[in-house]
Amino acid sequence: MSTTTMGPVATTTPAGRMRALARAELTLLGRAKGTLFAALFVPLVLPFSVQQAAKGMDLKGTGLSVGTVVLPGAIGFSLLFAVYSALTAVYVARREELVLKRLRTGELRDPEILAGAALPSIAIGVTQCLVLAVGCAVLLDAGVPSAPHLAVLGLLLGIVMFAALAAVTGSFSRSAESAQVMSMPLMFASMFGSGLFIPFEVMPDKVASVCELLPLSPVIELVRGGWTGELSGSDTLSALALAVAWTVVSVFAVRRWFRWEPRR
Amino acid sequence: MTDQVIDVTDLRRVYGGGFEAVRGVSFSVGRGELFALLGTNGAGKTSTLELLEGLAAPAGGRVRVLGHDPYAERGAVRHRIGVMLQESGFPSELTVAETVRMWAGCTSGARPIGEALEIVGLGKRSGVRVKMLSGGEKRRLDLATALIGQPEVLFLDEPTTGLDAEGRRETWELVRALRDSGTTVLLTTHYLEEAEHLADRLAIMHEGRIAASGRVADVVAEQPSHVSFELPTGYFVGDLPPLAELGVSEHEVVGGRVLLRTHELQRAATGLLLWARDADVSLGRLDVRAASLEEAFLRIARAAEGATGASGVAAASGAAGVVQKETVA
Repeated sequence: MSTTTMGPVATTTPAGRMRALARAELTLLGRAKGTLFAALFVPLVLPFSVQQAAKGMDLKGTGLSVGTVVLPGAIGFSLLFAVYSALTAVYVARREELVLKRLRTGELRDPEILAGAALPSIAIGVTQCLVLAVGCAVLLDAGVPSAPHLAVLGLLLGIVMFAALAAVTGSFSRSAESAQVMSMPLMFASMFGSGLFIPFEVMPDKVASVCELLPLSPVIELVRGGWTGELSGSDTLSALALAVAWTVVSVFAVRRWFRWEPRR
Repeated sequence: MTDQVIDVTDLRRVYGGGFEAVRGVSFSVGRGELFALLGTNGAGKTSTLELLEGLAAPAGGRVRVLGHDPYAERGAVRHRIGVMLQESGFPSELTVAETVRMWAGCTSGARPIGEALEIVGLGKRSGVRVKMLSGGEKRRLDLATALIGQPEVLFLDEPTTGLDAEGRRETWELVRALRDSGTTVLLTTHYLEEAEHLADRLAIMHEGRIAASGRVADVVAEQPSHVSFELPTGYFVGDLPPLAELGVSEHEVVGGRVLLRTHELQRAATGLLLWARDADVSLGRLDVRAASLEEAFLRIARAAEGATGASGVAAASGAAGVVQKETVA
């Protein structure tokens, strides 16, 4: 190639670009009081209501304690409220304000835009999970995870999965208001079906076998297994396979359906 | 060839519903040139520009910006171009400075934030939320972010829409200064005077096609000049000297007012005035007017309706014959 066709070289890096975008998004999150409240407090407050229910459950023979019922559920709430619901609103708001379209004219690549915008919400979610883990260990005697790698793996898959699901949900919502409605089905299905309130172990078998296929279910199972250390090898593999499958499907759905501009 | 910064060949764009917004557009822009795409609303200017910016892949034809396909090879192009879309696209809750900081962090060779805001006269507004800005201020913030990386090529989609007269002049001066320092500029506008003031060359788009293109003077020169006046009672067009000898190519009488079109304005006007003096005739409300871009624009828009295949100056001015009422033999 001759030197005449070589232009100046880009001096920004993907990490630097995403940091700049994430910083702006963090500022915006701090100014969106409603979103911030739901993301920050709901996942920290809800576990206490679950705790009451868990104390009344018959957990004998399930290998579970109040702590290992409440904690994975609380982490699930964090994924649903701090990551999924909050990010759906962010993606829709940025698209409708033509921010996404404008960003695409710059050096940021498409995945960087989606990831950069997601970073503050993900950071909140991760921080909450740490706070919850420490809180449950101290207050509810959940103890130290016996297989921490499973918990971490489950959490990472859950974050990517629910960030991608937020982008997909946002693509089918025309406004911030409709985004809230559009995110409801998955929120409710996950809350009641993925073991957040009621562990699979205490569900009827048939119901449990269906509910175990929901996207959040393998994540909860991995996190709970990470704490109890009682997830068998085959259960671990099937939970991992299901979580990876949901993550891959979600990411594919983003690539296929994500809308960068408002409908005209 | 190496200095064709933008090269577009037979470009087409079709939207989801099957609407063909761009129907075979070709042009090229040399380094340091300021090229204007002019047209009515819906002519396909923005649709064309978005293909050049790499926001969408064309349905047909070829685009090259700085020698690269801006859609397939965006990584090779993006850090060398600046883009201002028709609508801003900034989060309304960020301040002006926060918006520029975000863009600076995503742009190679970014200017300092203060400098970027000074250039567009927004220095004093840096702490204001975007939602509190006027339409004109938003436009200037948009320009600031487009310019922040000191791009080689600048795409401006209606850069002065919403600006007041003073803001428009300031933007013109800024854009001209950028052009003078070697920046290649492609802008769209529906303000004729903007194109006339700024553009080295322009293309007039109509219904997805280029109806005329060239240097401003050339496009205008293709259009006839006008002489119009009212004859006193009792005088008729037939009393005038033979119009062909005056260099008049067409004439029209509308409501007692005579309109002569000519490509030789001085000869036509002189002949007419000498006749009027010799015949002792007073020409009421005499108006002698050189061809303008506006005239060219309106004629092309009307003519293209009658001849959808028109492309290029020659074809467009040929098609203009469709609206001729009477042609002098």
